[in-house]
Amino acid sequence: MADDIRLMKGNEAIGEAAIRAGCVAYFGYPITPQNELTAYMAANMFPKGRTFIQAESETSAINMVYGAAATGARAMTSSSSPGISLKQEGISYLCGADLPAVIVNVARSGPGLGGISPSQGDYFQSTRGGGHGDYYTIVLAPKSVQESADLTYEAFALSDKYRIPVLVLADGLIGQMMEGVKLPAPIDPASLPKKAWAAGRQAEEGRAPNHVSSMNLVPEELEALNIARFKHYETVKKELCRYEEVQVEDADIVLVAYGTSARVSLGALQAARAMGVKVGLFRPITLWPFPYDRLNALAKRGKRFLAVEMSMGQMVEDVRLATNGQAPVDFYGRCGGMVPSEEEVLAEVQRLLAR
Amino acid sequence: MIEKTYMAGFGGQGIISLGQMWVYCAMKEGLQVTFFPAYGAEKRGGIARASVIVSDAEIASPLVTKAHSVIVMSQDSVPIAEEICAPGGVILVNSSLVKADPARPDARIIRVPCNEIAERIGDVRIANMVMMGALSQATGAVKLDHFEAVLKSFFPPAKHGLIPMNLAAVAAGRKAV
Repeated sequence: MADDIRLMKGNEAIGEAAIRAGCVAYFGYPITPQNELTAYMAANMFPKGRTFIQAESETSAINMVYGAAATGARAMTSSSSPGISLKQEGISYLCGADLPAVIVNVARSGPGLGGISPSQGDYFQSTRGGGHGDYYTIVLAPKSVQESADLTYEAFALSDKYRIPVLVLADGLIGQMMEGVKLPAPIDPASLPKKAWAAGRQAEEGRAPNHVSSMNLVPEELEALNIARFKHYETVKKELCRYEEVQVEDADIVLVAYGTSARVSLGALQAARAMGVKVGLFRPITLWPFPYDRLNALAKRGKRFLAVEMSMGQMVEDVRLATNGQAPVDFYGRCGGMVPSEEEVLAEVQRLLAR
Repeated sequence: MIEKTYMAGFGGQGIISLGQMWVYCAMKEGLQVTFFPAYGAEKRGGIARASVIVSDAEIASPLVTKAHSVIVMSQDSVPIAEEICAPGGVILVNSSLVKADPARPDARIIRVPCNEIAERIGDVRIANMVMMGALSQATGAVKLDHFEAVLKSFFPPAKHGLIPMNLAAVAAGRKAV
């Protein structure tokens, strides 16, 4: 194997990818199972002359992100589920002010303080905005250490392009496991284009001050802003939907799963195929925008679906929205920090096909 | 080729280092790898376990639920080995600390007195590397032919004096199978 492939934990790979993407400001507060990410940034941002602050709370960290992003900096925070809940007010403000930022959730089990084991119970929170008001964030769901690095790296570019915060939704297993990873090329932050809307430097640049805010007390104006933002979301939906398919064409049943669940489902698929059972896999990579259209097309072709999640059933609701009653949709999940095994998923497939 | 290994022992035995070294070496041999640890909050004495997979193709689930090979470094780890070993799998037992073999008549059970061998070489702390040599010999999944180079990058130069002892541990582990 080439020497440029490194063995890294998911958490560390996310940190290194963010630095290589030109993240100049990281604000965080420790929480398991994402601590290696905060530690990686603490060790590696200063030597590059960039900003690292361990804030006094998650709320503080996300508001520091708001401040840095308002000045045009590539800014980032990370946490795990309970900490991400605390950041929701700030995420809503970022969306209301159309600010780019990257937020990483290395999710753990809930609700409440829950446990520190991996979970996908934050799907609703991630894909429905999460905080108050009408808004969405782009949500990217990596399945491996390599994809954690690739998607985090790309998250900064997507966020700048669309002026929408990007949430990278991993889980404790992806954060903690080690795999080989080939890291993307470093970007010099100074080489990035200036953001014409960013606050500050008006004297230097001889222009009127830019005003970055999510507040508007005139209902007619605020409604117009929200409508314009949702029109923009339609563009994002058209351009960004991303998914991976494995042996879907001839499948009698299609597993729908993201992140760690998709890895488990792939194993179940391989075992099923070895027994002559035609199983396919549909893996959403963007959870928002969710690939409704492709799933709808598959439903029209008579496919049936089994959503596999590490939750009590959240993404399955999007599968049902996508298929709109045109195909049977079943659910199999484990929660509380339990990860389904390949054998369990295979047994559920066999049970459904025999019914 | 895919080799799923489950490694179990107690904290302080070097289970995590064993798993990491195994996948480092596998990567150098061009294989795809995943390593997922599970351990207690204690610094020493709690459980220490790892799901470790090496393959020449894309790896699906990183969790080992049916292991082709199991490493049992302590008596406490025998029940998990009995449960997780795939039919006809290999169970490598550290016979220095495990006095009752796993009750799996279908499995190939290999007894390696890791602690005794390690002490004979010079340090009980390299018992994990003795076991890695045995795992390589028993499964053939990772040849460990880049082991010395991996050690050189793993240890800071000040600790390169420890390398010959580690090489001897792996060689002795191989011979014990």
